[in-house]
Amino acid sequence: MRDETIQADPALARNEGIPFDRALVDAVRINTPAILRRAGTIAARRSVKKDHQAAWLARAVSMIDLTTLSGDDTPMRVRRLCAKALAPVRADLLEGLGLPDLRCGAVCVYGEMVPVAVDAVAGRIPVAAVSTGFPAGLSPLRLRLAEIEDSVAAGAAEIDIVISRRHVLTGDWQALYDETRAMRDACGAAHMKAILATGELGSLRNVAKASMVCMAAGADFIKTSTGKEGVNATLPVSLVMMRAIRDYGAMTGRKVGYKPAGGISKAKDAITYLALLKEELGDRWLRPDLFRFGASSLLGDIERQLEHHVTGRYSAAYRHAIG
Amino acid sequence: MTVREVFDSMDWGTAPESRAEADAWLDGHGRAFGHWIDGKRQAPGDAFDVLNPATGEVLARVTQGTEAEVAAAVKAARRAQAAWAKRDGHERARVLYAIARGIQRDARLLAVLEVLDTGKPIREARDIDVALAARHFYHHAGHAALLDQTHPGAAPWGVCGQIVPWNFPLLMLAWKVAPALATGNAVVLKPAEWTPLTALAFADICDRAGVPAGLVNVVAGDGATGAALARADIDKLAFTGSTEVGRILRRDTAGRGIGLTLELGGKSPYVVLEDADLDSAVEGLVDAIWFNGGQVCCAGARALVQEGVADAFTAKLRDRMAKLRVGDPLDKSTDMGAMVHPEHKARVEALLARTSGDVHRGTAPDGCFLPPTLVTGLHGADPLMQEEAFGPVLAMTTFRTPAEAVQLANDTNYGLAGSVWSQDIDHALDIAPKIRAGVIWVNGANMLDAAAPFGGMKESGFGREGGVAGLGAYLRPARGPRLKAPAPRRAASGSASDPVDRTPKMYVGGKQARPDGGYTRAVTGPKGTVLGHVGVGNRKDVRNAVEAAEKASSWGSTTAHLRAQILFYLAENLSARRDEFVDRVAAQTGTEGAAEVDLAVRHLFRWAAWADKHDGRVVGVPMGGLALALNRPVGVVAAFASEESPLAGVAQIVGASMALGNRLVLIAPEHAPLSATDLYQVLDTSDVPGGVVNILTGDHAELAPHVAGHLGVDAVWSFSTAGISATIEREAAGNLKRTWVNDGRGRDWSAADDSPWLAAATEVQTVWVPFGV
Repeated sequence: MRDETIQADPALARNEGIPFDRALVDAVRINTPAILRRAGTIAARRSVKKDHQAAWLARAVSMIDLTTLSGDDTPMRVRRLCAKALAPVRADLLEGLGLPDLRCGAVCVYGEMVPVAVDAVAGRIPVAAVSTGFPAGLSPLRLRLAEIEDSVAAGAAEIDIVISRRHVLTGDWQALYDETRAMRDACGAAHMKAILATGELGSLRNVAKASMVCMAAGADFIKTSTGKEGVNATLPVSLVMMRAIRDYGAMTGRKVGYKPAGGISKAKDAITYLALLKEELGDRWLRPDLFRFGASSLLGDIERQLEHHVTGRYSAAYRHAIG
Repeated sequence: MTVREVFDSMDWGTAPESRAEADAWLDGHGRAFGHWIDGKRQAPGDAFDVLNPATGEVLARVTQGTEAEVAAAVKAARRAQAAWAKRDGHERARVLYAIARGIQRDARLLAVLEVLDTGKPIREARDIDVALAARHFYHHAGHAALLDQTHPGAAPWGVCGQIVPWNFPLLMLAWKVAPALATGNAVVLKPAEWTPLTALAFADICDRAGVPAGLVNVVAGDGATGAALARADIDKLAFTGSTEVGRILRRDTAGRGIGLTLELGGKSPYVVLEDADLDSAVEGLVDAIWFNGGQVCCAGARALVQEGVADAFTAKLRDRMAKLRVGDPLDKSTDMGAMVHPEHKARVEALLARTSGDVHRGTAPDGCFLPPTLVTGLHGADPLMQEEAFGPVLAMTTFRTPAEAVQLANDTNYGLAGSVWSQDIDHALDIAPKIRAGVIWVNGANMLDAAAPFGGMKESGFGREGGVAGLGAYLRPARGPRLKAPAPRRAASGSASDPVDRTPKMYVGGKQARPDGGYTRAVTGPKGTVLGHVGVGNRKDVRNAVEAAEKASSWGSTTAHLRAQILFYLAENLSARRDEFVDRVAAQTGTEGAAEVDLAVRHLFRWAAWADKHDGRVVGVPMGGLALALNRPVGVVAAFASEESPLAGVAQIVGASMALGNRLVLIAPEHAPLSATDLYQVLDTSDVPGGVVNILTGDHAELAPHVAGHLGVDAVWSFSTAGISATIEREAAGNLKRTWVNDGRGRDWSAADDSPWLAAATEVQTVWVPFGV
């Protein structure tokens, strides 16, 4: 089970990207009200109950990038996070569910904390590092690229880069492509997640265009948010990004992963995201090599729901270890 | 399956809604239902089985309504109606509000009952059927409260017979009952025999909401009960159902002077332009054709896709179809439930068997289920492009240009609804109103709301439900005194004083045309003086005039300002020839003619004024964007003019028709046609484009069946003294043209009573334009 849930599928070919083509951007058509309607009705159209709900929530846990990205992070704080990611749910509950080895998808930390995290997880799950002048992405490109290289050298298997929003807002897609491509090159073997900061892109149309350009530049994942924007992951944005992934896949044959981040804190919301994912991209994406939740407080709510499932009693927060 | 196994498979599992409460309700009634008449549940009589189509189980036995039971219900309604109409708007509003609250209170029971009875998925019953039914009563509680201000002096019809279909039993009940009660009518409702349960449950809600006994009656039964209701002593009949049955009802009610509105079938186009958001357009089709298993009159059943994106669109659509879940209607994750009845499933399959297209099917369980189905490679003549399937069957074809999309969209006898998908505002808003259908959704499908008028053009029926336009269907038009047939006139001996023959011809396409039959007849004054001769029109003259009118279609899209200018000019030119027209009116009527001519000038001026003032409205639907109720011209109007007012009456007809963008075939007053024929020259000198007004002379009774039977005529009005109202209504059934007949009643031709004219000369087209966040 550990192999199946945590390791990337060896058959999954990595997205190498494609040359920049302005047509990728020009072909984008987004009808905002229709997107809102679809996103607004998915929760009413799909309902997952009982054992299925427990299994789906466990699946959600296995795809969480358990995250701490605070100015007051310390090595001990990061070690505690890693311990939680390796044992995300109380052992008796996991026994009850028949999923004793359940772990989170990865831990996600600042570059400075990568060595501590790498040491703490000891290869059992990947360490992801946010990089490139996170969260604003406005430090000099030279430094942003060096930051990636340092994190990779320190053992990060995944790099969450932030894109330059100004290139999107000014329509300079070539510049966005070139910069993202350079970051992808700097990542080397590490997988690159491109954070679009969708809350700062102004329109769903820009979200779709930026998604396409980042995938063309070789992103392994596209990710909504840093968690620091005013608006983070939403269902409409997720729908647009999932459909961009689908179109890119139809064009290139490559599967690109999706990571909504920030603002998903309820178990019920996690199920809605997975329902949308299953409908729009398909079952293959319901695995940690193609989907992650960027979240910190979601796990706590899921733990309480799982305790209810196993025991039939509603739980309290203090009954579950903090991360 | 263990949690561990689902963790790997990530299946949906099941999420069944409980049916316990609905079963308890059915058991509480012994699973046997009589009608609800005069506020009391009647004992069950001869009954038929009501099935759950998803399982085949018998849910209950429901009584087949007899002629006597229908009559008893109508009688009870009659008793209750007078007092109800006298209540003030606020009091009626409170009762409607109580019904809305009652629906919300019983929402879950109603939703589950609807699922058991129809096989539709619980999500739809819960989020759409029941929610919109409550919304409809809320909205109409408001109309009741405001009616004195919005429609001062308006009177209800009285007793309304209402026949609703099986696809949205409760929602269609709400669409019928709410406006009827709001305007002061009483109701006898017949639910469909396959799905009578929620109507019977609605009786409980009425009871608790303080609906007076007899105001709402429910008589169950099949088509025979419906026919009995149509024959009964009702004042108005409202029907939602098939075009075939609508036609029968049109014929059977002809000449009775009762109101009739019909909401019938459709084969609605779903146009996808190359600049559309294709994924959203695919998802829109899920709502357009797989909503309620395609058993929706306004289903987007014909996908018309621009050639350049057709392959990509089809691929996306087939992927989406594969993800639709067909099965247990009570499961909250079911997209498509059962077909309503095995007989109906067989009808859909029989139509599908006749197509020559390539059929792609999704999957569905055994039993009364059908899979989502796409049929490609079709051309216009395929039965699937023309006939209503009323099932989950999408017919698809391609087009090259936006103009061709419009042409294909309109290549149907129906005109209920349509969708246009494009991210280009120019394309989308250009095409939307060119589709001749009552409801158009720009970048959407099947959006419905109580404030947005809904109803068809062409053979999809007439009348609107919802909004202000929908109230008109439940208000009785003012009626004048009974018309006396004109005294027969005998020509005195001798001939016309003018030895030169000036027999006017027909006026067709802006030119004078000899009558096809080559016969003329004398026109005499009241004393028998021969005033002249006119041609005797026949069916070929009708054909020629309609053809000319059809060709003048650009009149409907010209600017309102231009139409106003031409009408003002027409009035001015008539005024300039006042003396001549005064003499002619006097000679024909034996009255002093000046008043009639001055009145005609006034009427034309007034209609010139209306040309750019009969505005539509922006409708307050709960959606970001705009829903517009536009007043569109009816098309080709044929009108029989009245002897009562040989010039002013003609001016009313010409003015109303022209001002609102219609083309007219006017049949001159039978015995006093010369003022109408004198108008030829005035029309010629007033820049009226050829074909916009065509004038025939002849015998009204002789011409009526040909005019009303002509499939190119969209509306027939009759103000004739000849008793042709019944003939017109009966013959109009052919293409379900709109009729406005006098039922042998006169009218005050000096009145500026414009609202019925405005209503008759236009049809509301509701255009939904969602936008924004």
